[in-house]
Amino acid sequence: MRSEGSPLLLKIAALACVAFLHVPLLLIFLYAFTTEEKSFQFPPPGYTTKWFGVVWERQDIWDAIGLSVKVAAIATFLAVVLGTCAAAAISRAKFFGRDHISLLFILPIALPGIVTGIALRSTFGIMDIPFSTWTIVLGHTTFCMVVVYNNVLARFRRTSGSMIEASMDLGADGFQTFRYVVLPQIASALLAGGMLAFALSFDEVIVTTFTAGQQSTLPIWMLNELIRPRQRPITNVVAIFVIAVTFIPIVAAYYLTREGEHTGGTGK
Amino acid sequence: MTTAVSFQKISRYFGPVRAVDDVTLDIAEGEFFAMLGPSGSGKTTCLRLIAGFEQPTSGHMEIFGVTSEGVPPYQRNVNTVFQDYALFPHMTVLDNVAYGLMVKGIDKPTRHRKALETLTLVALGSFGSRRPSQLSGGQRQRVALARALVNEPKVLLLDEPLGALDLKLREQMQVELKALQRNLGITFVFVTHDQGEALSMADRVAIFNDGKIVQVGSPEDIYERPNTKFVADFVGSSNVLSPAFSKSAGGPEKWASLRPEKIGILPAKVKPSPGQQSASAKIVAAHYQGSISRLNTRTAGGETINVSVPSSLGRFAEGDEVMLHWPKEALHVMAGEA
Repeated sequence: MRSEGSPLLLKIAALACVAFLHVPLLLIFLYAFTTEEKSFQFPPPGYTTKWFGVVWERQDIWDAIGLSVKVAAIATFLAVVLGTCAAAAISRAKFFGRDHISLLFILPIALPGIVTGIALRSTFGIMDIPFSTWTIVLGHTTFCMVVVYNNVLARFRRTSGSMIEASMDLGADGFQTFRYVVLPQIASALLAGGMLAFALSFDEVIVTTFTAGQQSTLPIWMLNELIRPRQRPITNVVAIFVIAVTFIPIVAAYYLTREGEHTGGTGK
Repeated sequence: MTTAVSFQKISRYFGPVRAVDDVTLDIAEGEFFAMLGPSGSGKTTCLRLIAGFEQPTSGHMEIFGVTSEGVPPYQRNVNTVFQDYALFPHMTVLDNVAYGLMVKGIDKPTRHRKALETLTLVALGSFGSRRPSQLSGGQRQRVALARALVNEPKVLLLDEPLGALDLKLREQMQVELKALQRNLGITFVFVTHDQGEALSMADRVAIFNDGKIVQVGSPEDIYERPNTKFVADFVGSSNVLSPAFSKSAGGPEKWASLRPEKIGILPAKVKPSPGQQSASAKIVAAHYQGSISRLNTRTAGGETINVSVPSSLGRFAEGDEVMLHWPKEALHVMAGEA
């Protein structure tokens, strides 16, 4: 496994980068087991698994998880439907201003979340829409849709347009063509886009703070919890849970779309 | 004889572009019909009009006597073999071929049996469980053919189906396609830009240029008796002669074509026998090609004439002055002006 000719210094630098990125994550795991609950001292004075039990008992955590899962699920569903339709329209049809509209679809993920958040909050305020699960869902759908859109668009571009014509030519109507030819072609892109969208929604903070009102999604709950001095390891336990929930779909999405295709919009 | 496809003053415009311009055409049942022309001449659009992927801007079209305007592709008894084959990569070869039967609701055992029969017809009976990506170009081409034929279409449309194959395979497929068409008796409409393909396979050929049909006829008609300068130029390697030259050589003052192999060659200033037309010329280039030699000559009037002579006549060199002659009937006068 030795790579010839790469200088020692470069190897050290690379290792330092990996350490810089991942040691904080290890600390989160470490402090989930500490016996000291008011401050994070190193090394921890003792180790315990009691915090997992405490988390299990806390109804507010379960509520926050429930809300986050619900929002992420609905936002992902909407993103998959809208993103697919948008990608189909942009890739198949030629119409005036198509490139500009394509840019408008991508914009929500390029805009800082704080701008999206303020814009949505002002809109809800002007239109007298009370905060609810649906206002959070709406906020999340704006950027979740982009992820699905990018994935599906990339797939459509690789798919031969004559395949759809071939299906129609062989006697399939529009619905059958979608069911038997288009959907199997884009299925893995949809799955990858959907998983990314779910992960993005699940740990979103900025847009959520502007659209949630008094409700707490899991990331918001964690943010609030950090300010309090007691039972700090609880946050770490929940953080491990969040890592697990978001890490698995992102890795899965990576492998699903690996065949030389880019998964745009993973940066948010 | 029943008319399979009938175009009556069909036009198809894309914005200001007249892709198909006032085409009237009848294709007979059981015919092997080729549409030949340079790219952008409207032949593929004509094929797509028959398939139903395009609708005519104006005019009237019938397929086996049934008006086809407004009928979507999936309700036409017409199938297409696409240029890029358009096989479904996520299905096995057998499922690809059975697709047309599946969407019509035919049960699985029946459609798999029929698909297998059709695959056997194109000599791919043992390839049913493979994916299209595991096949060679020639095999994919046959799968595309089987996938269309299994639906027992009344008209089979082929869009440059041999374009992606190498020369040897292409010649083999030409023979097989022709035999298949004879055996099945289905009307084939074949689009190509390769005149050799069109002439060797088709019963009749339509030559397209700029969205219009410039000539329809048997391969022999097209090759021996082109009616316009364009056809003579496009099909084969005929000499196209200006009206002035035709007149000086003893013909009428009209555009004419003269096949290189019909021209004889004599030493300069030798009088040809009576009944022959003649012109003196100078050899510009001589290409020895084994049994024949191809000579590029130019007359005093600047007309370029290619001559093909048996190499046994002797070797000719650049700069030789010669007398060209040909029988009067070899000079084919073209009716069309362009």
